[in-house]
Amino acid sequence: MAADKWGIARWWGIFILSLGPLAYLIYRIVSRDLGPDPGEAITRFSGLWALNFLLITLAVTPVNQWLKLRWLVRFRRMLGLYSWFYAALHFSAGFLLVLDIQNFVQEITKRPYITVGFVAFVILVMLAVTSPKFMVRKLGRNWKKLHKLVYLSGVLAVVHFIWLARADYTEPFTYAFILALLLVMRPAYRRFGSASRARGTALN
Amino acid sequence: MLIKTSSVIPSSEITDEKVYLSRRSFMRGVAVAAVSSSAAGSLIGCTSSASAAVTPSRQAWEQLVAPQFQNIKAGPFSTTEEQTPYEDILRYNNFYEFGTDKTDPSRYAEQLDIQPWSIKVDGECGKPGSYQLEDLVKESQLEERVYRLRCVEAWSMVIPWVGIPMATILKKFEPNSNAKYVAFETVVRPEQMPGQRSLFSSIEWPYREGLRIDEAMHPLTLAAVGLYGKILPNQNGAPIRLVTPWKYGFKSIKSIVGIKFMRDEPYTTWNALAPNEYGFYANVNPSVDHPRWSQKSERRLPGGLFGPKRIDTLMFNGYADEVASLYTGLDLRKNY
Ligand code: HEM
Repeated sequence: MAADKWGIARWWGIFILSLGPLAYLIYRIVSRDLGPDPGEAITRFSGLWALNFLLITLAVTPVNQWLKLRWLVRFRRMLGLYSWFYAALHFSAGFLLVLDIQNFVQEITKRPYITVGFVAFVILVMLAVTSPKFMVRKLGRNWKKLHKLVYLSGVLAVVHFIWLARADYTEPFTYAFILALLLVMRPAYRRFGSASRARGTALN
Repeated sequence: MLIKTSSVIPSSEITDEKVYLSRRSFMRGVAVAAVSSSAAGSLIGCTSSASAAVTPSRQAWEQLVAPQFQNIKAGPFSTTEEQTPYEDILRYNNFYEFGTDKTDPSRYAEQLDIQPWSIKVDGECGKPGSYQLEDLVKESQLEERVYRLRCVEAWSMVIPWVGIPMATILKKFEPNSNAKYVAFETVVRPEQMPGQRSLFSSIEWPYREGLRIDEAMHPLTLAAVGLYGKILPNQNGAPIRLVTPWKYGFKSIKSIVGIKFMRDEPYTTWNALAPNEYGFYANVNPSVDHPRWSQKSERRLPGGLFGPKRIDTLMFNGYADEVASLYTGLDLRKNY
């Protein structure tokens, strides 16, 4: 890690800011403000933030490409790990507090919206496990291939969201739109962006 | 605000009300803090304050039916299970006219004007027409009925409703022998109901529900106008709603403005939207699984922080003795 002060300040800034949703959730738990069904509230809140962080992570590269915020790229891994963190909270709360854990396998196989959510989660776990530097070295070229799965995870998470909506699609469609935008920004940059900063910027 | 409660309300609930009020003013402060500290308020779900807001139309309605609410008698079929606190019944609602989040109704429902309120009655009956709600209520004796409410989403509550047997009301309209079904309709007022303004809603308003005539006339079926001894909060379906405790909650249509007696099975909203998920009958049945939720068990609310109160779901939500005979010869697996 670069020893410059800005780098360290930014690192701590983003690290602590990303804990904000968790702090807010804990605050609402402690002040008993989650209503009569706290399990559902925790599940929904953490699910939404897992997806928010996933999209923020996916936004890092395009934002860097178009706005030349090179320093952002260094935080992509941390942001991705936060997505996994909130997803793990979501998964645990979903099964311990909302779904029937005694029917774990059935809930996953019989309910399509959970099946896709589960696959999205498994991908995030694999990416988290292979995120340390030594794993990057160990996996070599395969690491990059593996981590391309993050796009699939994003798509599946949005499908999960659309699928569990029952009558009003405003929110999931908004997320789908943002995801689509992020996905087309990369090829768009390759075609229309500045030629001088071609492919090499996607470091890590 | 001092509320006169009828003698059937045990004193424990009156204490509840005090706790409720003090907690509410505390949460007001929290809500202000939460809104001002977060630009993305809607994303993270703002603090909900549960209240039956005092609006001019609610006050008018309260005054109109005050004599009836001072004389509530204890009705039949009441359960002695622990009742869900007033506050929780008010801040955890599915009322998609106000939004799909459980806290949306408590946030927006005060925008609904519940006075004046009339119900349009037509179809196979001797006395179609437009009826002022207060006239229907004034002619009737109010009863308290403590019923279980089982939502298709696998949660449940115990609610002390105040109402009139639906049969008492329907008989006033003199249904004829062609009336095999009754259809109900919820009010449509996009200017007062934000959910009805949504561009990406798949529900075709008005929300519609229906029952077979024998179900509608069954003594368990209630036209509720209150809960916990007071007029219905808007988020719970004021000023009048249906309560069919042996069916999933979505059958119990809220804020009714239309009643129609029909020869054929009426259009019902969820059934039309996803027929493989929601049947016309929608009887609570632990052995017929829903594609989204296991119906074998349910979370009884309020749940604790560390794990929900999970209990087994009973056939017909525990009302089998009363209603099972309505369905003899009907395959409940097919007619879910
Ligand atoms: C095994 C894995 C998962 C399970 C069992 C699961 C289960 C659930 C459940 C039960 C709900 C609430 C549904 C409701 O209340 O109607 C939900 C909502 C949600 N989940 Fe998941 N989920 C999983 C994985 C994920 C992942 C990986 C993400 C995102 C990265 C995600 C994002 C969401 C979102 C955004 C919501 C909606 C929140 C809202 O309604 O505001 N889920 N999930």
